[in-house]
Amino acid sequence: MTVLAVTEHRRGELRPVSMELLSVGRELADATEGDLHVAVISGDVEGYADRLNCEGVDTIHTVADGEEFNHDIYTQAVTQLAETVEPTVLLAPDTVNGLDYVPAVADRLDAPLLTDAIELTYDEELTITRERYEGKVETTFDIDASPAAATIRPGVWPRANGTGSAEITAFDATIDESAVRSNVTGYQELGGEVDVTEADVLVAVGRGIESEDNLEIVRNLADALDATIAASRPVIDNGWVSADRQVGQSGKTVTPDLYIAVGISGTVQHVSGVRAETFIAINDDPNAPIFEVADYGVVDDLFEVVPALTEQLS
Amino acid sequence: MKILVTVTEAATVDTVFEIDGLGVDDRYLSTDLNEWDAYALEEAVQLTEEAGEVVTVTIGPDSVEETVRQALAKGADRAIRIWDDRLAAHSVLDPLTKAAVLEAVVADEQPDLVFTGVQSADDRFGATGTALASRLDWAWGTVVNDLQLDTTVAHVTRELEGSLEELTDTRRPAVLTIQTGINEPRFASLQDITRAQQADITVKSLTELGLSEDALVSSIEQTALYEPESESEATVFDGSPEETAAELATVIEETGVAQ
Repeated sequence: MTVLAVTEHRRGELRPVSMELLSVGRELADATEGDLHVAVISGDVEGYADRLNCEGVDTIHTVADGEEFNHDIYTQAVTQLAETVEPTVLLAPDTVNGLDYVPAVADRLDAPLLTDAIELTYDEELTITRERYEGKVETTFDIDASPAAATIRPGVWPRANGTGSAEITAFDATIDESAVRSNVTGYQELGGEVDVTEADVLVAVGRGIESEDNLEIVRNLADALDATIAASRPVIDNGWVSADRQVGQSGKTVTPDLYIAVGISGTVQHVSGVRAETFIAINDDPNAPIFEVADYGVVDDLFEVVPALTEQLS
Repeated sequence: MKILVTVTEAATVDTVFEIDGLGVDDRYLSTDLNEWDAYALEEAVQLTEEAGEVVTVTIGPDSVEETVRQALAKGADRAIRIWDDRLAAHSVLDPLTKAAVLEAVVADEQPDLVFTGVQSADDRFGATGTALASRLDWAWGTVVNDLQLDTTVAHVTRELEGSLEELTDTRRPAVLTIQTGINEPRFASLQDITRAQQADITVKSLTELGLSEDALVSSIEQTALYEPESESEATVFDGSPEETAAELATVIEETGVAQ
């Protein structure tokens, strides 16, 4: 069988998940001694193709239309390429932009789609594992169709490396401009006064804090440690903490010496943004996924543990 | 202006739970209006405050009506619920299946815009809005955290990863998937809640939507559901808050950051 993996780039750089896509694509193709085809669309496709030419890649299709990501161009180009390559499995990253066009391609190809795959195997049909209920359980699905489409969670598979001998070929997509109904007019970086990426010590607060007034105990702990306060998404959405302090997929990626997560459940969207030397979690749910990534934990009421810890450190 | 908002009931699992077949035992699930949909609804209600109508659509059995009534209490004018035995027979309602159902509802209702939440909190497929737009041959914008409407164009801000936002102009009609934080969803007053309890919810089957037997054949079959094995390597301290705090303080001192 053939696997077609559609890579992603942004503002002139291939995103790391693109290299992960090559690994999972190769694994799947190997299951049937099949071929791995890779697509790269818009921008400097030749430059990208050189970097994507890793061990295990058989063919790289370049589509030169467009500069930055535009979902209407991607949808048309990938649909046409898939109709030519006829893959058994179509793979793309489970990212904001991946989810912005893959469902439309799946609809046009009449290909069943599952998103956010964390495991993919192929044995006569495609089997996909994904999480449910914020990772409390995992589910598996069999998909009996060709093509089948899946988006893969970033950070799960290793990045491909080595130098390959792929055939690099330009694919001539026919882009119907009248069907390009969205136009990207610009980008903006979310700035702010606080740079959590520079902090050595972060005290991060999540939904478990329950109200804005309760932030006081977190501030006291941060003061005792001379730490910077960070937050997970729900706290930012509530406006309790400014958006520049958001850690996670849609916020910043941080690399502190010490990260103390207070009342954070630990969704992948949050923890994918943390690379800490020492990671401490305080949460009253023993099954919270935050304990999967923490080095040290306390399973107890944060309203008791946090003031007691501040007391100890003062 | 008429805006159709998709509303889903999302479940969270208790700390301790049991698995029953291919699902979590209902006794350990708490359900609520999906957080993303609350923001989508609020956005629609604000845009139609002066003139217009907000209609919600929910795919689900009788038991989701409490959640639908929450949406009515928070400002929706009307609610539609789609369910029948054919939908109940699916082991999973995947995004393309849901999009096919919603397409038929859009054909019935003829809204000017469709809003969905970016994703549901429990399944997190995050794909239904884009699939629906494709089926309708409409424009779309996803993960929208700011929206300004013109007569022919929606100016949207899309939230990408890593504190980066994309500014995009999308033609109307459009399906927009709404991100949390775009507004402040209102709390329903007691009066609103009472009114919502008495409101009629229009229930339709696939046949009533004109969807034939073979319109919704999905080749996705759920085969298992299980609790993943913990890979935790965390040292978890036990004891009173004072005792565990003392252990944490020792760990923190050993990192050397507290000096």
